[in-house]
Amino acid sequence: MTGQQMTGAQALVESLKHAGAEVVFGLPGGAILPTYDPLMDAEGLRHVLVRHEQGAGHAASGYAHATGKVGVCLATSGPGATNLITAIADAQMDSIPMVAITGQVGSMFIGTDAFQEADIVGMTMPITKHNFLVSSADDIPKVIKQAFHIASTGRPGVVLVDVTKDAQQSMTQFVWPESLDLPGYRPDPRPHSKQIREAASLLMEAQRPVFLLGGGVLRGNASAEVTELIDVSGAPFVTTLMARGALPDSHPSHLGMPGMHGTVAAVSALQRSDLIVNIGARFDDRVTGVLDSFAPNAKIVHADIDPAEISKNREADVPIVGQAADIARALSDELRERIAADDTRDYSTWWNTLNMLRENYPLGWTETEDGLTAPQKVISRIGEISGPDSIYVAGVGQHQMWSAQFIKYENPCTWLNSGGLGTMGYSVPAAMGAKVGQPDRVVWAIDGDGCFQMTNQELATCVIDNIPIKVAVINNSSLGMVRQWQNLFYDQRYSNTELNTGHGSRRVPDFVKLAEAYGCVGLRCERDEDIDATIQQAMEINDRPVVIDFTVSADAMVWPMVPAGVSNDEIQIAQGMSPEWERDI
Amino acid sequence: MSMNTTDFVMTPESQTLSVLVENKPGVLTRVTALFSRRGYNISSLAVGPTEHPEISRITVVVDVDQRRLEQITKQLNKLVNVLKIVQLDARATVQRELILIKVTADNSTRTSVLEIVQMFRAKVVDAAADSVTVEATGTQDKLSALLGMLESFGIREIVKSGEVAIGRGGRAITDRSLLG
Repeated sequence: MTGQQMTGAQALVESLKHAGAEVVFGLPGGAILPTYDPLMDAEGLRHVLVRHEQGAGHAASGYAHATGKVGVCLATSGPGATNLITAIADAQMDSIPMVAITGQVGSMFIGTDAFQEADIVGMTMPITKHNFLVSSADDIPKVIKQAFHIASTGRPGVVLVDVTKDAQQSMTQFVWPESLDLPGYRPDPRPHSKQIREAASLLMEAQRPVFLLGGGVLRGNASAEVTELIDVSGAPFVTTLMARGALPDSHPSHLGMPGMHGTVAAVSALQRSDLIVNIGARFDDRVTGVLDSFAPNAKIVHADIDPAEISKNREADVPIVGQAADIARALSDELRERIAADDTRDYSTWWNTLNMLRENYPLGWTETEDGLTAPQKVISRIGEISGPDSIYVAGVGQHQMWSAQFIKYENPCTWLNSGGLGTMGYSVPAAMGAKVGQPDRVVWAIDGDGCFQMTNQELATCVIDNIPIKVAVINNSSLGMVRQWQNLFYDQRYSNTELNTGHGSRRVPDFVKLAEAYGCVGLRCERDEDIDATIQQAMEINDRPVVIDFTVSADAMVWPMVPAGVSNDEIQIAQGMSPEWERDI
Repeated sequence: MSMNTTDFVMTPESQTLSVLVENKPGVLTRVTALFSRRGYNISSLAVGPTEHPEISRITVVVDVDQRRLEQITKQLNKLVNVLKIVQLDARATVQRELILIKVTADNSTRTSVLEIVQMFRAKVVDAAADSVTVEATGTQDKLSALLGMLESFGIREIVKSGEVAIGRGGRAITDRSLLG
């Protein structure tokens, strides 16, 4: 291809292939039309036609999350581009490698308020890792190469490339550049050996250490190295919402998920620790609770690929900048040497406390009072029946927290969710993207009735493009997490959270009929005794998407919970019930 | 972002950063937008070309403590078009601002105004029957003192550049930046 004369549009398609893209999720429109022409017969580059650009963005993100490759989405100018914004912000917050390509009006029209003109570069500046406006066909290959490089290296993120219509239409000589020409971008810092030694010293001295593992372990593909570090150390670890599955839940040193809806063991371990070794987590407010009271006696080792995360929220005693895998490997080696030389560590008291907490406060749920199915039970059974090789993709809200709590994750990148931005509607399109990237895996979208109504149009894409995902709508007929807060903090005044989709309501819409209208199989499950059989039935359907409407109780709540604005010490295991620290510690 | 134009007194926490950036469209927006998005206040900003045509230099003064400054620097470093950031030590730096002051001056006061202008080694760049326009460069303290002296005559209009700053001695911060 090099040296060949072609249009900018052809060069764009060719560049995508050179950059290693295999799938593009998108929807055409005026300003991106020139590119859709060569895309039609591009070999080795599959285009999935979505029904809404937000779906393209989340699908690209789900694809990237499930495969580790760069996800690509494509949209036209103006509303096409602005429809991508939520998905871009979402992927950027969760450090997903993604390249978003948008058409732009002709360069002569920029700034004239032309039809379907929007300054998408300006709009996405704060929510991308970087972005480009390309107004010359000659620049397209270089910019695409840079975009993929920036998106996938260092701390991954989103790069948007806005290409004017005339750049797509004019002729250029295709050259795939050798070099990147990014003088200000240095993404690959090496961990400092002095910091590694200091971290090891703290680990040798600490009596109550905890490893706090974040999404960086997954993005850095560091599961094996971190497992080794934890095994060498013998200290407990917790996995944040973004790190579920980074190490197996069945690992004996695992205490569960920390944070607002974390396990008592995980939350308490951090609170009582004298050392936190944070690898790839960012001390998010949902993990720390009120920052001043978070882990008050802990020294902090903070390892991250992004130096700006270190000491951003919680001051680090030992900062380590680098790839999670490099850091874990170096720290394991150092620790092994120290232990061989002289090991006076004794974690037995610490483990006694933690084991007692694990035993006394396991995750669980109580039967509902209205006799309807407990949503936790549905989610738990899906996890057990479908197993740890399946991929689970949640929306945002109660069902997301229950999916994080009650499914056992044993493998990296089998749990996808919108962690940072908290985007309702993420589940169906992201599951679609994950299934495209991992066609041989069972992919479950575990969604809420509110979330599902935001993006279920992508079921059409799934049917037409043969992407057989399974959707479990945990239908409590309401915006459940908001309702939970209204129940707890607003005197049970349920302002605008009833959605009328569930038991005893008008069922608008009827999810089974909706599924059937899209050409999916629609199933409904309303009784505990039907849960297993319904899941089994869904497991056997692989030629098209399945949507199960699980009618569940609206009164079920997510526990444990650290209410917003209080210390993690105030964790409640059920409404008004705190662990009995005096007795237990 | 607020551009503070009346309070010339630098707080003890004033920090000057020299930010070398690629000379490309939109880069200044990326830098300033980052400040506002992260909730940092800019007290002064100046931007211009350097001896290398492909590199621009942004001098930015912020009022923050050291910890916050570190966070700003780290966030700025993440911008792909930012090549290098140097925190300038006030004691080893020449800092200058330029100010144009339109001050009331008629036959009865002109001489007094001109005396002050001379005292500050400023100069008159325009004159009218009832006013003179004074140009002065210097540190914030000097310009602030000049303004204080002229105030009683009646200041009609001022315009002020952002601070520019350069390290003392023979070394150039742009030396190695080209190497990336």
